[in-house]
Amino acid sequence: MEVMIVLLAASILVALIFLGAYIWAVKSGQYDDRYTPSIRMLFDDKNNKKIDNISKNVDTKS
Amino acid sequence: MNTLTENTTKTICYHCGDECRDEDIQINEKHFCCNGCKTVYEILDGNDLCEYYNLDEQPGISQKKEIVRNYDFLEDSDLINKLIDFTDGKVSTVKFYIPQMHCASCIWVLENLNRLNSGVLTSQVNFVKKTVSIKFDSTNTTIKELVILLDAIGYEPALNLEEKNEDKNTLENKKLYYRIGVAGFAFGNIMLLSFPEYLSIEGVEVFSLKQIFGYLSLLLALPVFFYSASQYFESAYKGLKSKIVNIDVPIAIGVFVLFTRSSIEIIFNLGSGYFDSLAGLIFFLLIGKVFQNKTYETLNFERNYKSYFPIAVTIKKADQETTIPVSKLNKGNRIMLKNNELVPADSVLISNETNIDYSFVTGESEAVHKVNGDLIYAGGRQIGKIAEVEVIKEVDQSYLTQLWNNKIFSKGRESKVVSLANGISKYFTIVVLLIAVLSSIYWSFYDLHTSFNVFTAVLIVACPCALALSTPFTLGNTLRIFGRNKFYLKSTEVIEDLGNINSIVFDKTGTITQTGQSKIEFIGDSLNEIEMALVGSAVKNSSHPLSRIIDNFLNVSSVKSLDYYNEIPGSGIEAKIGEDTIQLGSPKFLQLAKNNSNSLTNTHVFLKVNNILKGYFSITNQYRKGLNNTIQKLAIDYSLGVISGDNSRERENLLRIFPPSSEMKFEQSPQEKLSYIQHLQSFGKKVLMIGDGLNDAGALKQSDVGITITEDINNFSPACDAMLDSSKFELLKTFLQFSSTSKKIIIASFIISFIYNAGGLFFAVQGLLSPIIAAILMPLSSISVVIFTTLTTNFFAKSKGLL
Repeated sequence: MEVMIVLLAASILVALIFLGAYIWAVKSGQYDDRYTPSIRMLFDDKNNKKIDNISKNVDTKS
Repeated sequence: MNTLTENTTKTICYHCGDECRDEDIQINEKHFCCNGCKTVYEILDGNDLCEYYNLDEQPGISQKKEIVRNYDFLEDSDLINKLIDFTDGKVSTVKFYIPQMHCASCIWVLENLNRLNSGVLTSQVNFVKKTVSIKFDSTNTTIKELVILLDAIGYEPALNLEEKNEDKNTLENKKLYYRIGVAGFAFGNIMLLSFPEYLSIEGVEVFSLKQIFGYLSLLLALPVFFYSASQYFESAYKGLKSKIVNIDVPIAIGVFVLFTRSSIEIIFNLGSGYFDSLAGLIFFLLIGKVFQNKTYETLNFERNYKSYFPIAVTIKKADQETTIPVSKLNKGNRIMLKNNELVPADSVLISNETNIDYSFVTGESEAVHKVNGDLIYAGGRQIGKIAEVEVIKEVDQSYLTQLWNNKIFSKGRESKVVSLANGISKYFTIVVLLIAVLSSIYWSFYDLHTSFNVFTAVLIVACPCALALSTPFTLGNTLRIFGRNKFYLKSTEVIEDLGNINSIVFDKTGTITQTGQSKIEFIGDSLNEIEMALVGSAVKNSSHPLSRIIDNFLNVSSVKSLDYYNEIPGSGIEAKIGEDTIQLGSPKFLQLAKNNSNSLTNTHVFLKVNNILKGYFSITNQYRKGLNNTIQKLAIDYSLGVISGDNSRERENLLRIFPPSSEMKFEQSPQEKLSYIQHLQSFGKKVLMIGDGLNDAGALKQSDVGITITEDINNFSPACDAMLDSSKFELLKTFLQFSSTSKKIIIASFIISFIYNAGGLFFAVQGLLSPIIAAILMPLSSISVVIFTTLTTNFFAKSKGLL
């Protein structure tokens, strides 16, 4: 039955990691603006070539 | 094929998407409608930022207006300090509100400002709030340069010193999210640890494990009790201190008893406790809070005159024009007002003449003609050529701004009715305590231990979780439904207040009449130039609003002097120039056989030249679409009133629309409007004030619910509880009715949660409340109440056509 204790500790640890991740997400402002990042991810960093493809993709979807 | 031919004839501006009508400027085989648009393109092109045009089609903002703004006032260090969020001497951050933001391209270009100005370190857009936060090197660039840059690419920031409180709100929200996270984490884990208990697994070895599980649950429940639930204890304590038993009191009692009894059970090894129910309860309650706090972040319901007034003005000092912030304006300063600029303080006109539009401030619908030496009140809009005025009163001492010294503006909003939940909770708490005491006395004759168990079990099971959830979920859903219909509420409490309204007061100008020019046309024989000049010269002498409209319409340049002029109030005017006579007015005045042909939507002014009927001017009244219908529907259930800053010339028309019982008051100052609402409230009336302008600000604040009507929700509107898009004015009655419906839904869900409570009490008084019953009953009651309120509000919204 000692294995139960190990499992217990492991499960709480995993849950704590998720709680920590959640708190970090709130703290870093991810819940402040839930719209802009969805558009921002379509932009490309200083690489003009790919932009055309993205905008084409957006067009076909809409 | 049709579309093809159209495409070849129409040229669309590459920048803003407008049709190139007057101009067609071409560079790089691209067409532009104006110089402004071309300039923006050149700036972007020169900095290799043309991706802007690839993300969205014609994303730009039309630059046709070509206003050159002077931003010298942004060199003022006080002003800069107010605008800057943070600075360490080198790196500064500033947040601008940019109303023009509308598409992906906007986000893209605003987040690439560092390519246009090397001083910019990073810039980040919040599209929902329409803000851009810019982090910049203050040794390398200035706020003024940033603003000029934004303006140059078509994103003129709306500078305002009044909006710094939003950060507090997001901080509150963040705290709530943390609390939910902790409660949810504990809820899930304690549930897992309680499973052996639910399944009644027994055995010798399991016994020690059971204890370990118990202590772990206690450990996990600690942060829930002391952190996540702390707000409920605070609120209950505050309530009791001011002798109010709010809904948080029974919750706090329930949570406290849950925690202590469970801890005792675990520590003395008496049982397994109810920590799972405790964590679940707090978790659901906090989610309800999120729903309750949900509001419209982009809208500002707290604006006062300061956000309407300009941030800076152009003044003349020793024949030099400079701009200074309005806050530094002193008595004796000479201000230069351009067309459409606001007068920031009470002043005297120095220029020869000008026109001032006071419609937003006093409710007068026509611009007022002013001549040299006349007093001009703050808040008026200057119309015409550049005018010079001299300030005679400080900004906050002006006629209009004094209204804000009234104590009503220093109070925060407090719901004027006790919310349903808080009203019930007093009786609820008393009844629950009574049941708990009585049943524990009963059991004490048999067994003291059971007596204690029953006492605590009653308090635990009666914890009004479902009761507390029904209000936020019903009202949160109603808020969302209203928002879909362009009726935006400041908070969910407004709905409860709306449901109690029995009296409605309307402002006139801008509220029941529409802003903008009235339509006018001449019907009859077409007038020749001489006749036009005659009529035009005659109406120039009359200040009657219809004359002013006709004067505007004819726009005669060669004014002739009259030999004879007579105005008969309520009838018309007659005039003589040389040999020609003209008569202008009602059919009766012109001795026409026709009856009064005025209709509700049109006013007819008949014209006779040399005693021959020429025809009539048809002037469309500016009443809001569907006004007649809306008022008649409202008159059935509510007492109505009109209060206007304008003169009483519209009384006749309004009497045809409003029921005879309604009160009408004209020429009311902002202060008098406020007093009138107070007067109604002293008779126990629950008043809904509907207005639009600064002159209604006091009345809107004083009323039980203040609604502003606006053509564009991003435009300025005074402080209020709700904003209604003018296109949805006809739905007003539906909104009011639906607010009462939501109230009934809340009552119905109260009944449901009472049934659950009664069921729980049935077990509790018998001493049979096992942890598993508690763990099933609590989430079940909460979830079923949430489902019930959501489904019923949606159903009624659909049946009323709101969804």
